[in-house]
Amino acid sequence: MVVLGYRVPMLASLLVWAALWEVLGQLQVSFLLPPLSSVLVAMVQIAPTPIFLSALWVTAYAFVIGNVISIAIGVPLGILMGRSMIADRIFLPWVNLFLSAPLTALVPVIMVLFGLGQTTIILTVVLFAMWIIVLDTRAGVRGIAPSLVEMAESFGASRWQAFRRIYFWAALPEILAGVRLGVIRSVKGVIIGQLLVTIVGFGALFQAYGSRFEMDDFWAALVILFAFAFLLAEGLAWLERRVDYYAASRA
Amino acid sequence: MASLQRDTETGSGAAGLGLSRFVPFGAPAPRTALLDRQPGALATFFSHPLTLRVLSVAAFCLLWEAVARIPISFAFPTFGETMVALWAMITDFSLFHAFGITLQPLVIGLLISALLGVALGVAMGLVGWVQWLATPVFIVAQAAPLAALIPLIIFAYGIGLTAKTLVVCIMAMPVIVLNSYVAVGHAPVSLVEMGRSFLGSRRQVITRIILPAASPVIFAGLRLGSAAAFVGAILAELLITPVGVGDLITYSRSVADYPSMYAAILSIIVVSVLFIEFLELIEVTVFRPEKRARR
Amino acid sequence: MTIHANPPAAPATATDAVVEVRNVSKVYAGGIQALDSVSIDFPRGQLTSLLGPSGCGKTTLLKIIAGLLPATSGAVLVNGTPVSGPGPGRAFVFQDFALMPWATVIGNVAFGLELRGVGRAERENTARHYIAEVGLSGFEKKYPHELSGGMRQRVGLARALAVKADVLLMDEPFSAVDEQTRRKFQEDLLKLREVENKTFVFVTHSIEEAVYVSDRIVLLSAGPGRVSQVIVPDIPRGDDVDAIRRHPVYLDTVDTIWRGLKRYLD
Repeated sequence: MVVLGYRVPMLASLLVWAALWEVLGQLQVSFLLPPLSSVLVAMVQIAPTPIFLSALWVTAYAFVIGNVISIAIGVPLGILMGRSMIADRIFLPWVNLFLSAPLTALVPVIMVLFGLGQTTIILTVVLFAMWIIVLDTRAGVRGIAPSLVEMAESFGASRWQAFRRIYFWAALPEILAGVRLGVIRSVKGVIIGQLLVTIVGFGALFQAYGSRFEMDDFWAALVILFAFAFLLAEGLAWLERRVDYYAASRA
Repeated sequence: MASLQRDTETGSGAAGLGLSRFVPFGAPAPRTALLDRQPGALATFFSHPLTLRVLSVAAFCLLWEAVARIPISFAFPTFGETMVALWAMITDFSLFHAFGITLQPLVIGLLISALLGVALGVAMGLVGWVQWLATPVFIVAQAAPLAALIPLIIFAYGIGLTAKTLVVCIMAMPVIVLNSYVAVGHAPVSLVEMGRSFLGSRRQVITRIILPAASPVIFAGLRLGSAAAFVGAILAELLITPVGVGDLITYSRSVADYPSMYAAILSIIVVSVLFIEFLELIEVTVFRPEKRARR
Repeated sequence: MTIHANPPAAPATATDAVVEVRNVSKVYAGGIQALDSVSIDFPRGQLTSLLGPSGCGKTTLLKIIAGLLPATSGAVLVNGTPVSGPGPGRAFVFQDFALMPWATVIGNVAFGLELRGVGRAERENTARHYIAEVGLSGFEKKYPHELSGGMRQRVGLARALAVKADVLLMDEPFSAVDEQTRRKFQEDLLKLREVENKTFVFVTHSIEEAVYVSDRIVLLSAGPGRVSQVIVPDIPRGDDVDAIRRHPVYLDTVDTIWRGLKRYLD
């Protein structure tokens, strides 16, 4: 936005919201909303505590494993669906279904079948993240310009060479976009999984702080979580922009 | 289901908190050389859409039935058992009763989110200071696991309809707002210029050109928002109060009536998918009639 | 053929100038100067082309005349009144057609009238008339995606004609269609001019097109845009539209312009 002829950066907007938070907290509008300053202090205080660190570890573990699995299954499945019409016809309705359905409803099923531990949470992460990775990979593969394929064939590239040198890079922007969206969803997945299971990770943390009405700590954990999710998304977006330079001129 | 293929989903991320990258997933792509292998007669039969879909649903049911008969877990009922339980829940009206309770916060929350969300998103797209103020909030909201706020909402608003409606709203609004914002920003410049050249007032250009041009992406946002709203409604019920469909699920689980639990879960998934398809029907009928001609 | 060197001196003889461009300059944010002190007159009832290589500012100038872009300095007068925005006396035809994909052909053609508050029955009647004039009778209920590129541009043209403006501003209107359709359009434009007595300002980068359709050609040079020449091809346009392309004056004019432009290409 432009004020008096000067461009005001978006960052200033965040500062305005931070200031508002501080003011509302100081005014003690609600005991649920502590001022930003106390939350920041609490962040520094809880970060080194064992209860927080173990929650972080548990969450990160499920998160990373879940994402690795999602990518390891999702990308090949997406490639398969992009290349084979039959595979596409078989799987696409299901992928779309899983993408739009309230997956949260399936978590009780997973809990019942796999218990109340890390396995369930990892499976929840996979459930949340995989489908968008599949769909975007498929889009990337389907969008490879026919002329690129013909070029590879006319210059005598073997199938593996063609894949490694051309098709992979041609589809990479979409694959990265899918991975980024999948990772964002998986953050939601890991938290929802933990909230429903309630005896691990951040789920347990929120339960603990909440039941003791330690609002500073509660918000501190929340802010750390949100900041982490945001930074992760930004980092992946940066990675995506690294390949963006050729994305627009592919077709 | 093809509807969600054309949706645009937002991701966070910016150059210096500027604009986000918005990537359409599953965008309909032209046939590529990779798919141009000449199919044989058998392949042609199996790639017929209706045949394949019926077969894959049938295959899924058979697979379910078969796997469930393997005694790996007593908590895995067969497809048949689940259908029986579903039928029982329909005939004794417990299913409808449950949905009646669950759909209240869902529909109310979704209505509020849609009206407020689209209005806010459009305002963000058209008015400079609104964009400046609101964008960082929603970019963070889009990336963040908003479900983590649910315990807080419980503390603040108790366990009634208000709390659940609020949960639905916070889950659905970010994607609706951001999609509307992007949609308005992507209105074709040429069309806007055309409107101005024919003496359209600012209001006319917004209502006659920008909004119709933006409606596909806005509706995509509404569909994604609906999916998020269903997640919110179920989460609210599983976490807050045992009523409605969430109660069906938790209660059945607690008495180890797994067929009923699976039946309840299946029903909510089916309802949510149907609802989203219904939204696309509205979009095509009311706003973009040429899409109907295209289908 | 008459050539006026830069600056083009007097406005054309007895016919008055309906559009007068006076020392218009345009500088974009970032310091790019698109136009440098351009002065041109557009005589009433004639088709004047703005011709030049990419970057010479011809589309910019057209949009300034249309009121869609503000000039950085200088003024544009339409019928003696300075331009400050779009007005009822000028209608624009867009290069990419700018049709609303969600509206039918008749909805699109009637759009300009609708914005002006004309009642439904009246504007549909007017629209039908102009749809017939551009040769699209029977397509009223079709959507743009069901039409070919050439047909879509005819819808754009009908829309511009329907508002009955004195001045028709056309921004490379035939460049987004294939060559055969383009030639047909050029012929149709000549026939249209016999029916509609309007002033046309026509932007193109095709020399042949400019010489074929124009009464006057204004050559603009690039970086920044300035008027380099004004050419008046005196080609008799009789009944045989095909004969024009073989007429010696046509060929000479094209040749002269090409030789002049070649110098700017490298």
